[in-house]
Amino acid sequence: MPVLLTSLDPLVAALRADGYRVVGPTVRDGAIVLAELDRADMLPYGWGVRLGPGGYRLRERDDRAAFANSAGPQSWKQFLHPPRQQLWSAERDSDGGFTVAEPADEPPRYAFLGVRPCDLRAISVLDHVLGAGADNRYARRREGIFIVVANCTEPGETCFCVSAGGGPGVGPGHDGAGYDLALTELADDDGVRYVVDAGSEDGWRLLDRLPYEAAEPPTTARARDAVARAADRMGRTLPAADLRALLAGTLEAARWDDVAARCLSCGNCTMVCPTCFCTSVEDTTDLTGDHAERWLRWESCFDLDFSYLHGGPVRSSRRSRYRQWLTHKLGTWHDQFGESGCVGCGRCIVWCPVGIDITEETHALAAEYEASTDDRGGGAQR
Amino acid sequence: MSAPPTLAVWKFASCDGCQLTLLDCEDELLQIAGAVRIAHFLEASRAVVEGPYDVSLVEGSITTAADADRIRRVRDRSRILVTIGACATAGGVQALRNFADVEEFRSVVYAKPEYVATLADSTPIAAHVPVDYELRGCPIDRTQLVNTLAALLAGRRPDLPMHSVCFECKRRGTPCVMVAKGIPCLGPVTAAGCGALCPAYGRGCYGCFGPAATVNADALTAQFRVLGMDQAEIERIFATFNVAAFKAATTPGAPEEHAAPAFLGMPQVRRAE
Repeated sequence: MPVLLTSLDPLVAALRADGYRVVGPTVRDGAIVLAELDRADMLPYGWGVRLGPGGYRLRERDDRAAFANSAGPQSWKQFLHPPRQQLWSAERDSDGGFTVAEPADEPPRYAFLGVRPCDLRAISVLDHVLGAGADNRYARRREGIFIVVANCTEPGETCFCVSAGGGPGVGPGHDGAGYDLALTELADDDGVRYVVDAGSEDGWRLLDRLPYEAAEPPTTARARDAVARAADRMGRTLPAADLRALLAGTLEAARWDDVAARCLSCGNCTMVCPTCFCTSVEDTTDLTGDHAERWLRWESCFDLDFSYLHGGPVRSSRRSRYRQWLTHKLGTWHDQFGESGCVGCGRCIVWCPVGIDITEETHALAAEYEASTDDRGGGAQR
Repeated sequence: MSAPPTLAVWKFASCDGCQLTLLDCEDELLQIAGAVRIAHFLEASRAVVEGPYDVSLVEGSITTAADADRIRRVRDRSRILVTIGACATAGGVQALRNFADVEEFRSVVYAKPEYVATLADSTPIAAHVPVDYELRGCPIDRTQLVNTLAALLAGRRPDLPMHSVCFECKRRGTPCVMVAKGIPCLGPVTAAGCGALCPAYGRGCYGCFGPAATVNADALTAQFRVLGMDQAEIERIFATFNVAAFKAATTPGAPEEHAAPAFLGMPQVRRAE
């Protein structure tokens, strides 16, 4: 049964008391970023956002809601798969050899507060790609993270999680697990309250230590209804077609030239994408040559160097690089990992400096595909 | 034990700011002095050791016939030649003359213009001699300089990525100033290497590292217009320290990928000859 919290202060305090570093949304540099929170009052109470292709603005809300906004410039990838991490270091021995050591530091023990359902799916996608449960660096970071979901009651103009196969809520009546607590925020004249569902034993144990009240059925119903209505208010959609077939069938579409003319190839879409995972390595040596390090850093398929093989880059045109990104994200990700790489968070639309819209591009490809299959009289591939 | 490698620093048409970056390496300066023999660096010492030199750092652009000769002699005596800064890699802000009448400037600026011997264009070092590596920037980035010297000492290729500044903004967690604040920013078309310094302080990138490996200026200027810039402002934002390089990269008909790709284990830039 859900319970009611009238404040998140005890939740943040309890998580911190348990040794978690609590990370959640907070306002900085004109955006709602993800940062370590000392206290619940660092959450973006009273802030909403206005989103569009290539545009993001904070706006003051009439209420004090902290979660009535949508995905910001960062995702949880920042913490699970950091932009730069050391793989190993090496010291020269007195006999001229090298001793190589992995970093000994334990990964931080995070509690993620305010994970959107789309981002919960993105974490699951990363788990499948980077190997949660395996004996690796990602798994060590991932293990033991306490996840507090914030269900969406106010989707953004660029949101399309529903048509990407997800939805704005987790909890009873919704698919999936993978979280410890799920909050649904209610903000009105009575202030801000949270209907809370537990999704794990750890979640229950933590909840038991908080000063919760019983959630009256009408309050719970209001919360459930707000999430259900959010599903109908998505700002955008992906085509209802089989995207894997669509992308495989449009490799020579004219639309790729069109989008290539607008694309900066700057890599922003891949950096803000909560599932884009590509990396490259950089080596450093010090001036004495006695100490060397190898670091992993975020890389992007929009970098010319990304596809560099002997003699030159394989994907030398913007057209080929944008096509690589989109066909992988929506199409060949299925072949590789058995699911889509897109969760419909809309970040790539908002944070593209020139506002290229993945849903618009995919609809255009679908229209071109449909026209071409109609021309062939029958649309056999549909 | 063999003698330490020799390092020479050369100045052409420039403000000295990039050379000063070497002296500004406070934490590493003693280590650098211990790892190499500084054989020619007039900004730091009048003591000069004759070449050849293992590594030459070259600052400044070529603006006179005499300098066009001198850079060839520097190249002849240098095993590895690294150009440092926007003047050496792109002609610098003084390359604004390339798009104006240098005679007019000379007659207006100097009391005795007949004493001034200058070329019509300010050109990068790579237009005159082969260059092994380029450090971009106005000024160059200190960390990139130290890392490059360390790489050359170790005999490995320096890590000098040519992707956009956006990579670095995103890696350091800076929300995009163009998207979140509507501030025009050259980051999407500018080479990384500075650590995305300006956006971290809430201002747009002004392109001091010059064009990234790929530049789609038409797409970016279309967005600048949406943000309210007029044509004169758009021309001006590109016309600073790397004016000649951005002009070349944004001229209609310029190849989509204007910069040569990095060659693994091979010198990065060798444009002349």
